[in-house]
Amino acid sequence: MTNTLHRYGKAESFVDDYIVFSLPAKSKAAGQTGDALAAQKRFMQIAAEYKPASLGDALHGGSLRPTRSNSIFGHWGKRNKPNFKKVLAGMSKAGTMAAVFDNRTAAEAFVKRIREEDLGLSVNISSSIENAKNACKNAGIPRHSIAYSLGFEEVGDNIPGKQAIMLSTMCGHGMLSINLAQKMMSFVKENRRTPKEAAETMARFCSCGIFNTTRARRILEDVRVGVK
Amino acid sequence: MKINPKKCVACGNCTYVCPMGAIYIDPELKRATINRDECVECYACYNGLSKEVLPPSTVRFVRRTLANFRVRFEPEPDVCPTSAFEPDKLEWPRVVRRAFSDPRVPHESTGVSGRGTEEVKTNDVTDRVGIGQVGFTIELGRPGIGARFRDFQEMSRALAAVGVSFEKNNPITTLMSNVETGDIREDILNEKVMSAIIEIKVPIERTEEIIRIVWEVEKRIPTEVVMGVGVRCDAEGEETLVLPILQKLGYNPQRAKTNIGLGRKVIRDLTGVAPVAEPKELVNA
Repeated sequence: MTNTLHRYGKAESFVDDYIVFSLPAKSKAAGQTGDALAAQKRFMQIAAEYKPASLGDALHGGSLRPTRSNSIFGHWGKRNKPNFKKVLAGMSKAGTMAAVFDNRTAAEAFVKRIREEDLGLSVNISSSIENAKNACKNAGIPRHSIAYSLGFEEVGDNIPGKQAIMLSTMCGHGMLSINLAQKMMSFVKENRRTPKEAAETMARFCSCGIFNTTRARRILEDVRVGVK
Repeated sequence: MKINPKKCVACGNCTYVCPMGAIYIDPELKRATINRDECVECYACYNGLSKEVLPPSTVRFVRRTLANFRVRFEPEPDVCPTSAFEPDKLEWPRVVRRAFSDPRVPHESTGVSGRGTEEVKTNDVTDRVGIGQVGFTIELGRPGIGARFRDFQEMSRALAAVGVSFEKNNPITTLMSNVETGDIREDILNEKVMSAIIEIKVPIERTEEIIRIVWEVEKRIPTEVVMGVGVRCDAEGEETLVLPILQKLGYNPQRAKTNIGLGRKVIRDLTGVAPVAEPKELVNA
């Protein structure tokens, strides 16, 4: 699946967007052996040390999830906050585990640390080509393979709705609708929600936890004041 | 998916969260209603909306009363205030919609998980895309448009006609009735999904030819196509073979997924290794 690959935006819009994810090679033909889940738990525990914007387990969800209320008073209750412990505690099966970083320093330090850990998992960076290249260079790693994203790279600067698509494609599985992104943009413009609240509302729809709330907040701040 | 009309209060929240825009408030029923032909069974409404248990009849009364004063009942935008969504039992062929649209559901219809495969994500272990090769992931349906299997068939037939072979573990390939011609099972051609991926692998020399075929087919189908072009880097970690071809074709790639080559045949044994300190519960909150 290419759920992290096709984010709408030009390279500079990924300045605060680094998805670093690990996965084991599942096919028998690959012949990989060892305890992938234990290695992935360590990968995610280390990621949490570097203060990511989000952690996500593709099977169980990210650090912000929808809630279920059993009482009518739940309607007036406070909204839930990002919960990294829940992500770590919920990991029950090896799969795709992602950490989303919103700054170069943290992302590069994490990649370097993961290289030193030598867990044996496949690790990928989804970001601008340059961001990933710099992270590899900093960690002293030659890139093994690269998958270019073609189709969303030539974003017109003044296309109407561009920012809604930038927000909605941060859930590559398409769970975050463009209509909801537009609604949240309107709410921010009308000061009915802060960019943080609107970003967290959208993040709850991303079922593998790779929605970047920091990038979303930045986009929503631009929307608020009319920056295209 | 279905919406229980006894529970729905027509607040309209779900009309925004449906990625396909398939939910609307029926003006006669005065309830949220799903256009079943457009619904891809992604479960974004059921899984993504937080669930509350307000009493429906009270909410309807309050809404009507408040409307008289031009005041609006406004639940949080990502909430179904009465938990009105109820999963449907899906039969063949509709079940393939969910298999390709709900990222958490296992592929019961195809026996393969997800909309695609690991492609180059585990290339450091599998060597799936070798030196001199290009792995294409040709995805139809993004962003928020959806695609029907007849659209995929249009693409797969065009690729099969030039002798391309399809990745055998890919879910779309498993639904082909003839992998030589790219034909997809007749009974699912009208089924609509959020998106899905056709995967192929060709020698680098065929990169331009494949991209031109994709461009040609894209003109004939009512959805959008995005591509992932996967390739091995050289010993220094550079990629100088495919990028110039893409640039020659007018692409200016900005984003990529980079496999950093840490995968091994044997995963590290962590027995006796010092544990990592527990993180704070809320980081960046």
